[in-house]
Amino acid sequence: MKTLLLAFLITFMPLTGMASGSSVHLDEANIDPTDNASLQRGAKYFINYCMGCHSVKYQRYSRMASDLGLSDIQVEDNLIFTTDEDGAPSKVGSLMTINMSDKYAKAAFGVVPPDLSLVARSRSPDWIYTYLRSFYLDDSRPMGVNNSLFKNVGMPHVLWELQGLQTARYEAHEEGAEKHISHLELTQKGSLNEAEYNTVVRDLVNFLAYVAEPTKQKRESMGIWVILFLIIFTFIAYQLKKEYWKDIH
Amino acid sequence: MSKMNNFMGWVDARFPATKMWEEHLSKYYAPKNFNFWYFFGSLALLVLVLQIVTGIFLTMNYKPDGALAFASVEYIMRDVEWGWLIRYMHSTGASMFFVVIYLHMFRGIMYGSYKKPRELIWIFGMMLYVALMAEAFMGYLLPWGQMSYWGAQVIISLFGAIPYVGEPLALWIRGDYVISDATLNRFFAFHVIAVPLILLGLVVAHILALHEVGSNNPDGVEIKKHKDENGVPLDGIPFHPYYSVKDLVGVGVFLILFSAVIFWAPEMGGYFLEHANFVPADPLKTPEHIAPVWYFTPFYAILRAVPDKLLGVIAMGASIVILFVLPWLDRNGIRSIRFRSLAYKLNLAIFVISFVVLGWLGMQPSTPTLTLFSQIFSALYFSFFLALFLISKNEKTKPVPERVTN
Repeated sequence: MKTLLLAFLITFMPLTGMASGSSVHLDEANIDPTDNASLQRGAKYFINYCMGCHSVKYQRYSRMASDLGLSDIQVEDNLIFTTDEDGAPSKVGSLMTINMSDKYAKAAFGVVPPDLSLVARSRSPDWIYTYLRSFYLDDSRPMGVNNSLFKNVGMPHVLWELQGLQTARYEAHEEGAEKHISHLELTQKGSLNEAEYNTVVRDLVNFLAYVAEPTKQKRESMGIWVILFLIIFTFIAYQLKKEYWKDIH
Repeated sequence: MSKMNNFMGWVDARFPATKMWEEHLSKYYAPKNFNFWYFFGSLALLVLVLQIVTGIFLTMNYKPDGALAFASVEYIMRDVEWGWLIRYMHSTGASMFFVVIYLHMFRGIMYGSYKKPRELIWIFGMMLYVALMAEAFMGYLLPWGQMSYWGAQVIISLFGAIPYVGEPLALWIRGDYVISDATLNRFFAFHVIAVPLILLGLVVAHILALHEVGSNNPDGVEIKKHKDENGVPLDGIPFHPYYSVKDLVGVGVFLILFSAVIFWAPEMGGYFLEHANFVPADPLKTPEHIAPVWYFTPFYAILRAVPDKLLGVIAMGASIVILFVLPWLDRNGIRSIRFRSLAYKLNLAIFVISFVVLGWLGMQPSTPTLTLFSQIFSALYFSFFLALFLISKNEKTKPVPERVTN
């Protein structure tokens, strides 16, 4: 029986280990999905800075409103800048699509900026947090900036006014060898200091994590009740089993 | 009560309701010494029902169309009432089905449940396993994410390795030169109708064969050898109510674990729902690292262990096909591991370890070192069957009791 137990344990062990294996160092976003103020700020930043190019086309404005504790009117007045086919402002019940066409985007950036509804699930919150803090000046790129996490990315540093601009410092290297970035240094100040900028990015990441799975909060809080019920069910089933099996020897 | 009896009499004169109830439940005598490992048969049935029921509800909102499929899954996750729960039950259920089936199969091997006269139960079970793999593989294409797409691309291209007919065959399966809308539509048809029908038919055959010969048990002794004056096995107890209430406890424990995954870890760290599958399928962009879902990875590792594509496909096929003939490879008359030799136990332990290690290797990107490991563990996987054939001929076994022990 011991060997069986061991075999059983071995069968399940690999399920508890590693996540998707990437060797890149990521900074921890430390988001708090229960912090409504942070989510609301994140929505504001996303809609103001990102949504010109990036849609979150599986999300509805109205769903965002109710989940983030905003009224439909507040969202209509402050957060809807997109229009429908007739040029009228998007309805609060509509999906959070953008007005820029794929064709135009392709011409402007070389690639169509991806929809970000699920980026927090395909990449991870830590990845986005690190990415948005990893832009640096690079004259060889069309937008004048590059990204140390996502090399040669087509996206400009949209938040540069807030963060300022960073310059890459390289590790000591031999002539002709490939250069490795050791760290990024802020060489042109933005309107926010480092801590303030990190908070802005954290709020933004928090919002993207919410949008990736709007039901997550509900799902996690429901789980405990379902499992409590199942524990009671199992306890009763076990008592029933014991009662029936009394006469089996 | 008499009204009920009258009614049942009326039915029984026209349909064998009471007869079937007795044959399969209330007068089906199962050995009284079933242990932990005997929960997984009924649990497999439970998961099958869950998959069918959740699948029906998913079908109501899912769109099998290359342009709409991905969005329709997100629609289910966000806009359909309880859609997220139904979807997570279905996606978690797929993985849990394999957890349960692998444990169920291991039980069969460990207690020699495939041996005479239960060979057909094992064969039907293996056919179920293969059908289940087909069901899972085709279902995985439906969310139309990057892993859905490229996983299917890799697996179907394997058919291309077959000489002469390979490429036309792969083309015929896909219905296009690459995985496309045509493939998605036919996989949907197979996933929701064709394969479930086969599964249900095989489940009936599997259970009928079992009830024809009776269940094995952890001691591997035949309970029908010792019967009382009424022809009831002395060590047998009616399945209902004894095992129906016992299995209810198993169901409770299983559902607790199942719910823990659904509510707190539906992605299971990328094992049950792969991260790359949250990106819509893009035929022009190959993901960095394509790995099948965990339940296929042992066989995928065997495939990659062989440098030649055709031989790799043959090895992978053989690793599954060889399980079918297990009843004839094991030449020892004693069923249960409890009375078999140390050599047998070690052999089985190595088999389990190699299966698990291959499963891990199948998820990793290929490197020369890991490929070497895959080769070693593939060899160990196959050596189990050869060693079993050799060991089982003249094995030093322990005496088997006449009756079941507790």
